[in-house]
Amino acid sequence: MTRADRGFVPQVLLAPAVLGLALLVVPLAALVGRVRWDTLWQDVTSPAALEALALSMRTGLVATALCILLGVPLALLIARAGNRTAAVLRALVTVPLVLPPMVGGVALLFLFGRSGWLGPALTEVGIRIPFTTTAVVLAQTFVALPFLVLALEASLRSTGVGYEQAAASLGAGRWRILTRVTLPLAAPGLVAGVVLCFARAVGEFGATALFAGNAPGVTQTMPLAIYTAFNGAGVSQGTAVALSLLLLVTAVAVLLLVRAWRPGAAR
Amino acid sequence: MPRRLVLLAACALALAGCAATPRATVGEDTRLTIFAAASLQGAFEEIADLFEEEHPGVAVDAIRYDGSSTLATQLIEGAAADVFASADEPNMQKVVDAGLAAPATVFATNTLTVVVPAGNPAGVTGLPDFARADPVIVQCAHEVPCGAAADRLLAGAGITAAVDSYEQNVTAVLTKVAAGEADAGLVYVTDAAGRGDIDTVATAGVDAVVNRYPIAALSGASEPDDAAAFVAFVRGPAGQRVLAARGFGAP
Repeated sequence: MTRADRGFVPQVLLAPAVLGLALLVVPLAALVGRVRWDTLWQDVTSPAALEALALSMRTGLVATALCILLGVPLALLIARAGNRTAAVLRALVTVPLVLPPMVGGVALLFLFGRSGWLGPALTEVGIRIPFTTTAVVLAQTFVALPFLVLALEASLRSTGVGYEQAAASLGAGRWRILTRVTLPLAAPGLVAGVVLCFARAVGEFGATALFAGNAPGVTQTMPLAIYTAFNGAGVSQGTAVALSLLLLVTAVAVLLLVRAWRPGAAR
Repeated sequence: MPRRLVLLAACALALAGCAATPRATVGEDTRLTIFAAASLQGAFEEIADLFEEEHPGVAVDAIRYDGSSTLATQLIEGAAADVFASADEPNMQKVVDAGLAAPATVFATNTLTVVVPAGNPAGVTGLPDFARADPVIVQCAHEVPCGAAADRLLAGAGITAAVDSYEQNVTAVLTKVAAGEADAGLVYVTDAAGRGDIDTVATAGVDAVVNRYPIAALSGASEPDDAAAFVAFVRGPAGQRVLAARGFGAP
């Protein structure tokens, strides 16, 4: 590699770049440093921890599926809309992304709660959403959906409609174009979006705490279990650290899995 | 390089400014940072006002209210504060054991009660209803003092409660009941007093579980004398009068 290949970035910028990297990596190293290895196995295999992990994975997967089901059509709609419409739609999708999740939790409560807009009607037919696993999935979907939509939409927009027009001129139908041309071309964006979406769903805390509450096995996902254990201070803080490590390892595993599988990546 | 000169001058001025500004001199407010259990909010706001009146020159910063265990964790992990008031003795003990506080003294006691949304929509009449599956029941998490007390109360009554959510502090329990999202919850009698949006259900056996509230000046206090004065004030006649008026028991 020659000098010119590496571009012309001012060398001084190396300092803040390294600092930024350190800010991201060093705290996680400190977390791993706090792990008490002698009780680690016991902590992560405790029924409470396994229950929380299972619930997180289950709700995270359902939320991700829901995001794909709703997010892919939404991304297609935005990507193929006119510039002004797309800008408005994109802004609407971005709001939950920049909003503190706590606010999302309050908002969901005001919609689905007993005194909310839909609550009374749902109570009528015997459906209660707050404090149930359904509430966890809804909260996760609320905070994760924008990640998938925005990632996929950017990808769809950059590939354009040229190939779709070519396929149409050769007689392909709309569904065939979608499944054989549009989505395969946008696959990198879709994969990135799904991974971000799943990670965000599994990590969701604020909206869940407010909207779904904190009951082991029902709504106590990993982040809530970590918060509860951390609040216990003293002895049980080991559990909080162990659970955090478990979540960290899971996140890294998911990333590696996706890297290995990602079409044309493998760098 | 005029720009650099300007920058240098600005820095010099800033430094000079720092040197010229004295830290809390006589007549200027010294500031107290207080960490207090969520259930103390009403009482401590009032006590802090009275304390400031009696001690001109000392200002109490916005008091940090949260679950006692959260506050204890924050203190142990290095949060700076002058006074800690906990809703139970185990969480205070953690802070004392970490070498952060002088031995604490108990300044108030509290008991639990069952609260329901105004009008009691689910018809909850007492602790036995906590075992029913249909009403939405909330209580504090086991790790928080109000949760530990709730566990003891329910265990003492021989009831296995069908709890729908373990909240992180007593305020969260109150909020969910007051909003009508939960049908019943266990909170301190002092939290339930004087609120129009919740009703209290007379609960048998609550006197068996008494939470004792300790307070201590922290050894890392930036203003040790004022911290000690505040602790004495809470335990003194004025502080005790405020606490009693809000339903707290005497130590």
